[in-house]
Amino acid sequence: MEQEYIITVFSENKVGLLSQITTVFTCRNVNIESLTTSESALKGIHKFTIVVRTTPETVAKVVRQVEKKIDVLKTFVYTPDEVVQQEIALYKVTRSHNVEQLVRKHNVRILEIDTDYIVVEKTGHKSETQELFRLLQPYGVQQFVRSGTVAVIKSKRELLNEYLEELEKMRKNPEQVRQEA
Amino acid sequence: MNTSSPDARQTASEPLMTGSQALLESFLIEGVDTLFGYPGGAIIPVYDALYDYRDRLRHILVRHEQGAVHAAQGYARVSGRVGVCLVTSGPGATNTVTGLADALMDSTPLVLVTGQVGSELLGTDAFQETNFVGITQAVTKWNCQVKRVEDIPAAIAKAFYVARSGRPGPVVVDITKDAQCGVAPFRYEKLVSIRSYVPVPQPDPACIEEAARLINEAQRPLVMAGQGVLLGNAETELQEFLTKSGMPVASTLLGLSAVPTDSPQYVGMLGMHGNYGPNIKNRDCDLLIAIGMRFDDRVTGNPAHFGENAKIIHLEIDPAEIGKIVQADVPVAGNVRETLPLLTARIRRRDHGDWIAEFRACDRIEQERVIQPALHPAGGRIRMGEAVDTVARAYDNDAVLVTDVGQQQMFAARYFGFRRTRSLVTSGGLGTMGFGLPAAIGAKLGAPERNVVLFVGDGGLQMTIQELGTIFQSKVPVKIVLLNNSFLGMVRQWQELFYDSRYSFTELVNPDFGLIARANGLGYRCVERREELADAVAEMKESQGAFLLEVRVESEDNVFPMVPAGAPVAEIRLE
Repeated sequence: MEQEYIITVFSENKVGLLSQITTVFTCRNVNIESLTTSESALKGIHKFTIVVRTTPETVAKVVRQVEKKIDVLKTFVYTPDEVVQQEIALYKVTRSHNVEQLVRKHNVRILEIDTDYIVVEKTGHKSETQELFRLLQPYGVQQFVRSGTVAVIKSKRELLNEYLEELEKMRKNPEQVRQEA
Repeated sequence: MNTSSPDARQTASEPLMTGSQALLESFLIEGVDTLFGYPGGAIIPVYDALYDYRDRLRHILVRHEQGAVHAAQGYARVSGRVGVCLVTSGPGATNTVTGLADALMDSTPLVLVTGQVGSELLGTDAFQETNFVGITQAVTKWNCQVKRVEDIPAAIAKAFYVARSGRPGPVVVDITKDAQCGVAPFRYEKLVSIRSYVPVPQPDPACIEEAARLINEAQRPLVMAGQGVLLGNAETELQEFLTKSGMPVASTLLGLSAVPTDSPQYVGMLGMHGNYGPNIKNRDCDLLIAIGMRFDDRVTGNPAHFGENAKIIHLEIDPAEIGKIVQADVPVAGNVRETLPLLTARIRRRDHGDWIAEFRACDRIEQERVIQPALHPAGGRIRMGEAVDTVARAYDNDAVLVTDVGQQQMFAARYFGFRRTRSLVTSGGLGTMGFGLPAAIGAKLGAPERNVVLFVGDGGLQMTIQELGTIFQSKVPVKIVLLNNSFLGMVRQWQELFYDSRYSFTELVNPDFGLIARANGLGYRCVERREELADAVAEMKESQGAFLLEVRVESEDNVFPMVPAGAPVAEIRLE
């Protein structure tokens, strides 16, 4: 049964890694619904947030293959109920009375007002930004852009930190070092 | 300035060197003694430096870059060391892609260094520029581009560490020409870990206990040994496990020679053209213990039916392989050399003699219906199986067997026999025709004390036949057995069995292989008659240098047994 998954990938900051990661999804014919990437809270570690719709079996296999990339530190898979997620949408819309009414009702931020257009920003789930797009469309949306999902997990535990600590412990254990060498 | 002289190294802890010298010094520190390569514009500076390292680094000049990679694979597979290749940018680099893909599929440790255009020209479609890091992303374990001379030692250290650690694989280091020519202090530190890379995962202790419990309870178990046993140098650990558990053991194609074929517990090869017993009994097994193997579709047939009445324990170093094809009931992550003794310590000493006897009954059926007619045909032309058998007997089943891909590969794997580990070099996962000849060259250089025998078909030989020139120049005493049936035999077999005998473009009209052999300085003999076969094999064996023995075989021979593609392995057909 297909469902939505939010995959976070933590990696070293290496040229070309984005394409290496997306290729794993391509090979398994899994379409990426959205993808954002930026430096994480830890300096030098990059975080990818990837949203896909697929089966539990496939997502498990895909993340193991992503994790196999030498420069990938760790991946985590979440279902939508395990994260707080948002995305930003920007709308450039032709000015009219109706548009201003809509904009007021939908709790958006006005970024710029010109004589013939207005640029507004809405944050929310994809369904919400999509809904506003649908409502604005009859009045002339000149441009519309969405950021892709960013997410934080609800769990109190910071999984990446735990993982890095575990790695550090393993590194200090000579048995493990011997095996690696 | 020759800063690579021993004096310069003695007088300064970090001597100044060119990038090219730094690369070759790095190779020496990593224990490299042999390079397979082909020069070209963007790698000339390295070749220029190599001129001063001829006493320490043997360079084998191949005739095509694909040959360099396959030769390095052969070298790595028999020696357990990292194979190293050196080629130029653009076409030199792209010619290696098939070899890299082959090495990735078959977990062979390789480091390929490619020249690249100057960093100021990157991305400009300069002469012989290709985006090689981009191209090889899908066929390497890791790759990188080096644009600064100072970065060369660290990149090479990482390359060797990644290539040989964990599940081995090919690595590409693409070095721009200006980095090869630049000068920097040389300092080298061997790598022992990378933060983002866990080469050997740790097994879950609960899984070890559960695996031991299943082993102790099993009535009809089968051990399936893969290449992980060879790559992990775990032959002794496997034998100790087998001795205590008393279980029958089968091998995957790439696992062959980990267990001697005359071992009392050995029951044959798994897979599409494997032995009858380990396939037909798959349905009867109540426990399958997969050791360092990846459930290739040529092994499992239809995975939904593979071991359908068995629990499955999977000992595997690569977490991405666990559950990829067949769901393991008990995964045991780790190097099998570490995990097998954990199991051996926890299991009871058992005797599965009655169960092994059931495999022997299968052997008798296979012997009568398949092996006897294949090895001792009543008449007609020479058969591939008997040619393999004759050569195997001449070498007392103790040579390094190298094969190409196709029918001869399967006949050789089935009938050659092995006494010692690391005795088979074959292209398993990728199935690369043309692999055999260059791989045999590398195998002989990697194991000079051993006899190396290549089995190759008339199709595969002609895919990389230019490497006969490498044999001529480097005087590599490889023994080549050409099984010539004037067909692309395996495809023809499929056309016969599944495409109504429509032999669409599988018949080959061949050149005179004798002239080609002699032109390249090889000894040569051609046999067509059964009575001459043993004598011809003896002549090949006794010859001093490289030898091509052409055996004109039955043109429409078929490899059996056979599991039809996608069928359950228990539906194996004997004819």
